[in-house]
Amino acid sequence: MKLMMQLNINGVLHESEINVRRTLLEVLRETFGLMGTKKGCNEGECGACTVLLDGKSVLACLVLAVEAQGKRIDTVEGLAENGELHPLQESFIRHGALQCGFCTPGMLMAARGLLNENPKPGEPEVRQAIAGNLCRCTGYDKIVKAILDAAGRP
Amino acid sequence: MQYPYLKRLPGFEYLAPETVGEAVELLARHKGQARVLAGGTDLLLDMKRRQELPQYVIGLKNVRSLDFLNYDESGGLSFGPLVTVHFVETSPLIKEKFPVLSQAAATLGSVQVRNLATVVGNLCSALPSADMAPGLIVLGARLKITGTNGQRLVAVEDFFRAPGESILAPDELVTEVRVPNPPAGSGMVYLKHMTRSAMDLSMVGVAALVALKNGTCDEVRICLGTSGPTPLRAVKAEEVLKGKRFEANLIEKAAAAASRECHPRSSLRATAAYRRDMVKVLTRRALTRAGEQAA
Ligand SMILES: Cc1cc2nc3c(=O)[nH]c(=O)nc-3n(C[C@@H](O)[C@@H](O)[C@H](O)COP(=O)(O)OP(=O)(O)OC[C@H]3O[C@@H](n4cnc5c(N)ncnc54)[C@H](O)[C@@H]3O)c2cc1C
Ligand code: FES
Ligand code: FES
Repeated sequence: MKLMMQLNINGVLHESEINVRRTLLEVLRETFGLMGTKKGCNEGECGACTVLLDGKSVLACLVLAVEAQGKRIDTVEGLAENGELHPLQESFIRHGALQCGFCTPGMLMAARGLLNENPKPGEPEVRQAIAGNLCRCTGYDKIVKAILDAAGRP
Repeated sequence: MQYPYLKRLPGFEYLAPETVGEAVELLARHKGQARVLAGGTDLLLDMKRRQELPQYVIGLKNVRSLDFLNYDESGGLSFGPLVTVHFVETSPLIKEKFPVLSQAAATLGSVQVRNLATVVGNLCSALPSADMAPGLIVLGARLKITGTNGQRLVAVEDFFRAPGESILAPDELVTEVRVPNPPAGSGMVYLKHMTRSAMDLSMVGVAALVALKNGTCDEVRICLGTSGPTPLRAVKAEEVLKGKRFEANLIEKAAAAASRECHPRSSLRATAAYRRDMVKVLTRRALTRAGEQAA
């Protein structure tokens, strides 16, 4: 079953005829070519597909695209504005908080979701916010430091 | 497994009713072939794994009347099936008046899962490990269930039938959760034992609610998760304490009783014997902490 869907992705309205069985993850990557959002496990365990729906972090592999209509979808592609990296991105680079980079979009969006809700989190809150994001490379420490730093925390 | 790598969803028709009446009507019309979709964190996974192959998926998102949360001093708390686990975790009101629910919510999955998952969906999946069940059961919560033949109220305690099976008929919808105010000054705690510190299902979960009067146990309720085919009220353990002085040796006896009356199974996560031991440990801890909080 296909429907004409309208999706607000990073502030831009996209329109396309899409099968209702497509997840938001599939639609972002395959319909709109936004490859920043990663497909890791495809079943909720790894966090690589984290995007924001109306400012809250969710897993794009567990959301139907049809149900994301009428909401604002934010992906990693929308973090930088006018060619300027987002403070979280700057901080990840400064701290060397990535190696292969596969988990990074999900980490950034989970961090963004946290800062939306709590602009001055402590370390426990940061660790909580990325508890559902797996990283095979970094050991998490630098990621936690990068997020705290971006939030203006020592 | 049929699609080990791609794990795309099977095909279905998507229906988006706007009222409870329409939703129930659709469920009745497509009896047995339709599934209700709330947060999707269980249903979509079951569909990807081809454990569920509904012809119709009924999205509840557009039924705005199901997205509410009310509190009043006399009636207590009531909320609709679109209320997310994250909302319950962070609501200042729930933290203050029903802390066992915010504690339980905080242990469920990751932030991203909690932002999607609903409390009612957690109950409707009816797993013995459902983290939202024990807290609601010690609070004496009830569910309003709406079907084509009208409505009924069922205690959460009586909602579960077997692993993955509730008492819901195929044309019924849970439309409200009602949580009465706990006895004045009661303490309540949810403890969850897991292998990892986050993102894990429970090996054992225990909720306890304690109200004291002059050092005597006026009210005590204990519910065990992942300790049997359904969430389990530890009635014998409660009897040990009820009306008695709330003291360490009796707490120990109650914990031992809970450990005897549960019937856990062995699984990948833990053996039955280990679970039984942990029921004892967690019940003791939960009772002690709830007792400390009770004024
Ligand atoms: C990575 C991950 C980690 C998790 N960790 C935990 C955990 O630690 N503890 C835990 O308890 N759970 C855990 N879960 C499962 C948890 O997310 C779900 O049980 C969730 O609460 C279900 O709610 P939902 O809104 O997503 O339900 P859905 O998936 O939308 O629905 C679940 C079931 O309930 C039915 N349903 C939903 N709403 C209604 C209604 N109003 N009336 C009738 N039927 C209804 C649906 O038809 C379906 O059968 C985890 C899930 C994931 C993906
Ligand atoms: S791809 Fe969505 S959580 Fe792993
Ligand atoms: S940087 Fe490689 S998975 Fe995190």
